[in-house]
Amino acid sequence: MEEFLTGYALPVGIILAQILAIVVPLLVAVAYLTYAERKVIGAIQLRQGPNVVGPFGLLQPLADGAKLFFKETILPSGANRVVFLLAPVLTFSLAMVAWAVIPVNEGWAIADINVGILFLFAISSLGVYGVIMAGWASNSKYPFLGALRSAAQMVSYEVSMGFVIITVLLCVGSLNLTDIVLAQETVWFAIPLLPMFVIFFISTLAETNRAPFDLPEGESELVAGYFVEYSAMSFALFFLGEYANMILMSAMTTILFLGGWLPPLDIAPLTWIPGPIWFALKVALVLFCFLWVRATFPRYRYDQLMRLGWKVFLPFTLIWVVLTAGVLVAFDWVPK
Amino acid sequence: MVVQALAFYLFAAVVVASAMMVIAARNPVHSVLFLILAFFNSAGLFVLMGAEFLAMILVVVYVGAVAVLFLFVVMMLDVDVTQIKHGFLQYLPVGVLIGLILLIELAMVAGAWVAVPEAQSVAQIPFSPGGDVTNTQALGAVLYDRYVYLFQAAGLILLVAMIGAIVLTLRTREGVRKQSISDQISRRTEDSVEVKDVPSGGGV
Repeated sequence: MEEFLTGYALPVGIILAQILAIVVPLLVAVAYLTYAERKVIGAIQLRQGPNVVGPFGLLQPLADGAKLFFKETILPSGANRVVFLLAPVLTFSLAMVAWAVIPVNEGWAIADINVGILFLFAISSLGVYGVIMAGWASNSKYPFLGALRSAAQMVSYEVSMGFVIITVLLCVGSLNLTDIVLAQETVWFAIPLLPMFVIFFISTLAETNRAPFDLPEGESELVAGYFVEYSAMSFALFFLGEYANMILMSAMTTILFLGGWLPPLDIAPLTWIPGPIWFALKVALVLFCFLWVRATFPRYRYDQLMRLGWKVFLPFTLIWVVLTAGVLVAFDWVPK
Repeated sequence: MVVQALAFYLFAAVVVASAMMVIAARNPVHSVLFLILAFFNSAGLFVLMGAEFLAMILVVVYVGAVAVLFLFVVMMLDVDVTQIKHGFLQYLPVGVLIGLILLIELAMVAGAWVAVPEAQSVAQIPFSPGGDVTNTQALGAVLYDRYVYLFQAAGLILLVAMIGAIVLTLRTREGVRKQSISDQISRRTEDSVEVKDVPSGGGV
């Protein structure tokens, strides 16, 4: 009995506590990201944004959540029920699963695995299934068109994202996320690899279906794209999953290019602030850029989107991979 | 070890069951979804064997890219299941023959284990490279050092196959107006606008 408690029950309990410690703040962050989005875009467009529910409208996300919770879930009669209900669950759980390997501080990841960056890449490439399944199972033309657009878009931009990750890995010499952050102690990779940083940011916009690449849900042509037929909690799961993915992509950008939990300079007043706060600040900065881009740029045309992915980003990143490798070998900077 | 054994049986059972469902499902889209489930659980089996690099690459390449395109195609096709069922008996002998060959091969593999018990130790776990080398580094050392020429040759063969596929399916259509962004940007006012002095009452 005692062996069972110390051998199995205790580790499982610790893991559950760790999962809660990362999922609960994440869900709060998702709720307040929707609030921040409305406030920031409001400010950019010289409006107030939400300001009625609670002080400064701070309780607005809770009110929205309660509204979605009490709405009626509608299953379209022509829909493929199992796949229709599975799609939002898949989107939401994939957005949560990826957080298992994110190191918020040195040694703070739930699973500090050797192939952390590949795990993130694999999970983010699965995100497309939620969209395709939703589009197909709805058995309706607008969701299907939205799903087809999304699938093509996400597969295209994953290629250039992969090459960007390879350039970072060349400079680190490890697939472990903690090693990637620690390799940036002297200089953040955003500076020597600036073009890759910009391409990675644009690719994450396309990967999360955010403006200006939000064609899968382009309201002027496809109503709302792949989630037209969803209502109440199934819609809420899509919504939460999408915003959690945005935060995940920002965390990935932070780890790969902005030095994770490291302070900008290794000097006294900056090192007093603990690592997780630096991490959160950097993620918030990248998220602000997501919202800023949405309020600033018009939507891309679909053929231009494909041209940008395949004819501009892919050759550019490919050349940059070769260039980085060449420089590393020529100056004998290859990490051991 | 109990947890590992339980995880193995869970993954293995799901792989076998979903592989069965790939051929048993009536709806072709469901078949592809079960295929994805099978891939995913095979990745889980790789992780249990300590081959985490292969597991992640399996998910990235097969689940993330190949199966998406597969699903894409199957969804677009309007597959009529009754029509497929119609030709079932016609292809039955060939199918049974292939199944039989596979079964015999499996029996031979299992028979080798029974005949030579020492072989079992080789089959259980892929050999570890020794030391604290991660399996990413071990694979890299084999592929890019020892077999670098063969690896490059494989890459060239794939490139030739890709070019071949593009050449075979390429068709140039007449009368398609393509956007040339460099032309648009390099356009100047002088090329597109002409200012004319129009005398009053004269017209252009």
